[in-house]
Amino acid sequence: MHLIALKMLVGDRAKYFGLVFGVMFATLLMSQQVSMFIGILERTASQIIDVSEADIWVMSPEMTYIDEIKPMANFELYKIRGTTGVKWAVPLFKGFGSVKTFHGKLQQVILIGVDNTSLIGKPPKMLEGKWEDLKEPNAIILDKAGWEYIWPDKPIELGIEVELNEKIAKIVGICEASPPFMTSPLMYTQFKNTATYIPQGRKYMSFVVAKSEDGFSPEEVARSIHNKTNLQALTTEEFKWRSINHYLTKTGIPINFGITVGLGFLIGATIVAQTFYIFIIENLKPFAALKAIGVTNKQIFMMVMVQTLVVAFIGFGIGIGLATLFFESTAHINAMRGFSLIYEVVFGTGITIMVIMILSSYISIRKVLLVDPATVFRN
Amino acid sequence: MSENIISTKNINMIFYSEARKTHILKDISINIPKSKVTMLVGPSGCGKTTLLSILTGMLTPTKGSVIYKGIELLDMNNTEKTLLRQKEIGLVFQQYNLINTLSVAENVAIPLLAAGHNFENSIKQAARVLQILNLGDHIDFLPSKLSGGEQQRVAVARGLVHNPDFIVCDEPTASLDAENGKNIIKLLHNISRSKKKTVLIVTHDNRIFDYADLIIYMNDGRIEKQESKSGNQN
Repeated sequence: MHLIALKMLVGDRAKYFGLVFGVMFATLLMSQQVSMFIGILERTASQIIDVSEADIWVMSPEMTYIDEIKPMANFELYKIRGTTGVKWAVPLFKGFGSVKTFHGKLQQVILIGVDNTSLIGKPPKMLEGKWEDLKEPNAIILDKAGWEYIWPDKPIELGIEVELNEKIAKIVGICEASPPFMTSPLMYTQFKNTATYIPQGRKYMSFVVAKSEDGFSPEEVARSIHNKTNLQALTTEEFKWRSINHYLTKTGIPINFGITVGLGFLIGATIVAQTFYIFIIENLKPFAALKAIGVTNKQIFMMVMVQTLVVAFIGFGIGIGLATLFFESTAHINAMRGFSLIYEVVFGTGITIMVIMILSSYISIRKVLLVDPATVFRN
Repeated sequence: MSENIISTKNINMIFYSEARKTHILKDISINIPKSKVTMLVGPSGCGKTTLLSILTGMLTPTKGSVIYKGIELLDMNNTEKTLLRQKEIGLVFQQYNLINTLSVAENVAIPLLAAGHNFENSIKQAARVLQILNLGDHIDFLPSKLSGGEQQRVAVARGLVHNPDFIVCDEPTASLDAENGKNIIKLLHNISRSKKKTVLIVTHDNRIFDYADLIIYMNDGRIEKQESKSGNQN
């Protein structure tokens, strides 16, 4: 009877395509928007994730997320280094500056000051040049996306000089960094050079990043640092989630995406439920005839389930395919860096689509199971 | 005395609504003889369709007994009644009730598929029955491409494909012209004769009464009279 169910389904082309479209639309909207949302949230913590060597971040107690900088006094670094369980601790600077090219183009940039000797704070991948070149006078390393922002049509060229807050800086390397929340270019320099580029007061240490010693958990070392310094000390995971939570709770981003995802669910569910209901209602007499000629309720239930599953799989497959196509075709665009369709989203969307289909088919199935086969004798 | 395939005793059917109580069937006791053509006739609203629904296990009477091949139908649950129809009863409806998105052969194959036969064999068997009913050239057609008479023959084929003992037809000629109507009844009559099948036809078309072995007249929910016509059209 499964083949009969399928033929009944695809035989009514308009409704079949309507059902597949509804599921496809809901799948595409939900998977694409949720992936974008996750991508944006990951961006808010990208600079935390990029400092892969450290497992503890220390900062001013008032700070709630990575972009809210409240500098600390430099002597705090020594107190942190003296805390039991700290293997190493280095300063990290984060600030905003303005780059002017010799063609007069102005671009706001994020300036990261990494440790002078260990260069801890740098992102993991270097594309052109060497990290050690950062030790040269006025040296900066720019991220690849930043280069493409500033010089969209120019091939990468090392040794170019720019004005960073009216001070000369030389690009000695190009790195690959995770995309930040703001799409500004990322510039890396030695911690000691940051004062040259960005005017600072007595306090200019944005963060101290540290590593816990073997045998100590990052959590207990972070607690010890806090007890000793009264500073805020968080593990990398805690700081990452604190930054993400800030954007989740203090901005309209989740509401905006939530509305779109909710609309995707609602519109998809409405289209599917309504079309499926009409499909079933219009087939109520044939279903009654099937019951009259000896098709059991169990067989009819399975027929409707086959129809539901086929529509769900085809619509979901096309929807996920289109979402993949979207992320693949936009992967080369700088503004879309870091956005991708992750398997958790595919899985979650699949579950949601099944919920839509079960809800949609529930009312229809009830109608079919309760239809009186004797109705076939009535005109 | 011929053996009966189905008998009813004191069937009463009362429908209750908020405002009133409608007594549709009143003490119906009938015997449908095996391997004969029986016609159930009467004016519209006399209870023929309700009785037909009870005889095929689709409706449970308020009171009475229905014995099919010695088994009390009313003791069966809905699934058992459905399975009985699947195996034993062939139904032909006035409005054909063919599924328009399925081909003629697929429509005819449904009773076999419901009984668990595989698709290919069911279609082959359906094609054989359609061939017998002179619809061999139409097996891949959609029902909407056929004339009314042809559609009714497809419905008959669907009622016969699983070789049921009891063929029940509800007004099979009502939607057909005189010639097509007569052809369908002739066909059912021949099947009854050649395959020893019991055929029960609900009708008010007096042009086909000649093909009946037994005519049961109903009026106002009661059996008015029964007329044996054995010997006719043999």
